[in-house]
Amino acid sequence: MRVALFVTCVNDAVYPATGIATVKLLERLGVEVHFPPGQTCCGQPMFNTGYRHETEPLVRRMARVFAGYDHIVTPSGSCAAMIRDNYPRIARKAAAEGGDPELTEAAQALAPRTYELTEFLVDVLGVIDVGAFFPHTVTYHPSCHGARLLGLGDRPRRLLAAVKGLELRELPGAEECCGFGGTFALKNPDVSAAMGTDKVRNALATGAEVLCGADNSCLMHIGGILHRQDAPTRALHLAEILLSTEAEPHV
Amino acid sequence: MPVPPPPTRPVPPPPTPRAFPEAARDAVRDTTLRANLRHATHTIRDKRARAVAELEDWQRLREAGKRIKDHTLRHLDRYLEQLEAAATAAGATVHWAADADEANRIVTGLVKATGEREVVKVKSMATQEIGLNEALAAEGIHAYETDLAELIVQLGDDRPSHILVPAIHRNRAEIRAIFRERMGRWGRPAPDDLTDEPADLAEAARLHLREKFLRAKVAISGANFMVAETGTLVVLESEGNGRMCLTLPETLISVVGIEKTVPTWRDLEVFLQTLPRSSTAERMNPYTSMWTGTSDDDGPRTFHLVLLDNGRTDALADDIGRQALRCIRCSACLNVCPVYERAGGHAYGSVYPGPIGAILTPQLRGTTSEIDASLPYASSLCGACYDVCPVAIDIPEVLVHLRERVADQGGRGHRAEKAVMRAASWVMDHPAALAAGERAAARTRALHPGRPPGAGAWTESRDLPPLPAQPFRDWWKKNRT
Ligand code: SF4
Repeated sequence: MRVALFVTCVNDAVYPATGIATVKLLERLGVEVHFPPGQTCCGQPMFNTGYRHETEPLVRRMARVFAGYDHIVTPSGSCAAMIRDNYPRIARKAAAEGGDPELTEAAQALAPRTYELTEFLVDVLGVIDVGAFFPHTVTYHPSCHGARLLGLGDRPRRLLAAVKGLELRELPGAEECCGFGGTFALKNPDVSAAMGTDKVRNALATGAEVLCGADNSCLMHIGGILHRQDAPTRALHLAEILLSTEAEPHV
Repeated sequence: MPVPPPPTRPVPPPPTPRAFPEAARDAVRDTTLRANLRHATHTIRDKRARAVAELEDWQRLREAGKRIKDHTLRHLDRYLEQLEAAATAAGATVHWAADADEANRIVTGLVKATGEREVVKVKSMATQEIGLNEALAAEGIHAYETDLAELIVQLGDDRPSHILVPAIHRNRAEIRAIFRERMGRWGRPAPDDLTDEPADLAEAARLHLREKFLRAKVAISGANFMVAETGTLVVLESEGNGRMCLTLPETLISVVGIEKTVPTWRDLEVFLQTLPRSSTAERMNPYTSMWTGTSDDDGPRTFHLVLLDNGRTDALADDIGRQALRCIRCSACLNVCPVYERAGGHAYGSVYPGPIGAILTPQLRGTTSEIDASLPYASSLCGACYDVCPVAIDIPEVLVHLRERVADQGGRGHRAEKAVMRAASWVMDHPAALAAGERAAARTRALHPGRPPGAGAWTESRDLPPLPAQPFRDWWKKNRT
């Protein structure tokens, strides 16, 4: 089984710890992980802002870079959803405009082989208990793209519930958007901040030490508000919790 | 009670709408408004979820509604002709209106021909869309809204902010004040001892409106559905005011968007289940009125049907955008939308606020004005609207599709944005350039404060994370190759 990590641009540049945790976690579970260095960005920020043509070269690049791997795993729900939902759309639109068979092929080649991390763990590897130890109170924020587009369902919660020492606390209004939304946070800063502030209020009401999620873009937004408020809760990617063990606890 | 004189001055036009982000900023800071909206939308969304969960075949009903609408829209020309023929045979007079001006001309002409100076109306979004009340006022004709929430909006010189609950932005105390101050100007005043109990408020409105119904000779309505096979119009409502409007006056004028057509009575079966549950969380709406042409011994003597296009055929020509025309105006998408909840309905600058407004309005009006160009961006693309929509309109898909249209046309901010996106795309297509940029950022990271200048709005309420010592790709190179 040839497994490639798609680390995503945000994780690469800002949250390398998430990528490292994903690699070490998968290796601990017996997976040989590859990291094709030609990878960059799935194009989500451009596509969602209305720049479809600017996204097309990145679709082709992704297909080229990840050709030959059985599975592509990414610790980002929204990037997985971009590849699975929007690549076929981009290809369809290009076809309607006169056609680019290469794009259709690229989309078809990628979509069915792309997995968000928790999907890969539960559906492909078939594990719930990854052998983690994390003696903290944790609340889980299901990001919209993971929850609604990918249909991650209770996979992340089941993985977290199986972590030794971890006390999972339900987040009130969990399914509500945190207000990040890519360039939405820049184009509509006031509404975005209001949504994020409500999310943070709910997170703090749980009294959990850690708010975790499976998408660092949302965590950057929520964590940024928590940090600004000097809140006792911090934001952390789920992969980093799952990596933590008694022998090597996550700090 | 003396008849109030018709207003001599036209109703002032709504303020020029500002782009969504600016309009939303005021709403976000209005704590009363936010509390009203939060309370109302959360209550109704929870009730809707329970009402929908009762039906095991909800997803199949949703799919059926989607298919019926898609089929009808694909053959709309045929069904509209069938509708016209059936309605005419039943005694209706059918008019076609290409745009708002034409529709207003037709309706004002029809009312003037009756010699009446006032009309009663049952909530009709189509007439709000075209600004009919203002057009009538300019001709010295006063239109009385008879839906309770519309009445509140009209008495308060306000604008509706929700499809189904136009006064959702008002609380009970505000409504009491509006009734006490304004009702007397238009007819029976509110009682002196009016409280803000819902039953008292409703009773005051009932007595006020009853006078209007009994006096009016002309009524104007909209419709939820038009059945092509028989030319029948259908209105679903909760209060019964609509039924009074539709049956008591001598002349009835219905203004309906062409997309409200369904082929057969059987098709109603689906929507009569999905619409009430999605909108008011009721298993069945209290009043369903259906009327076909005229009849000799009951109801209006004269019936005019004005079929409104006003941008709909343009939307129909767009194969992704056209799904917005499936909308049955249930407002479920508004009630779950986190952006609507904070920004309020007025920020959308249109009678169609919320997620459906963000995709429908720019299609009906075009994307050239500042407000219309900003609407496709008034969403975080969270997808909650798509989940609840009873006709499965993929609102996020249409939003992104319309963003493309806005980005392509250039305009304020978008030319510079395109350059940035082009540059980003180039970097992302050149991994060596990306890696060099990341390394440079990592080396100079001590110079990047948590609130760097230029990050603008982001850092008003959020800190940026510190940059890592090395990007992931460098860690990989060092540790795994
Ligand atoms: S878009 Fe869908 S959910 Fe929104 S009002 Fe229309 S039918 Fe209802």
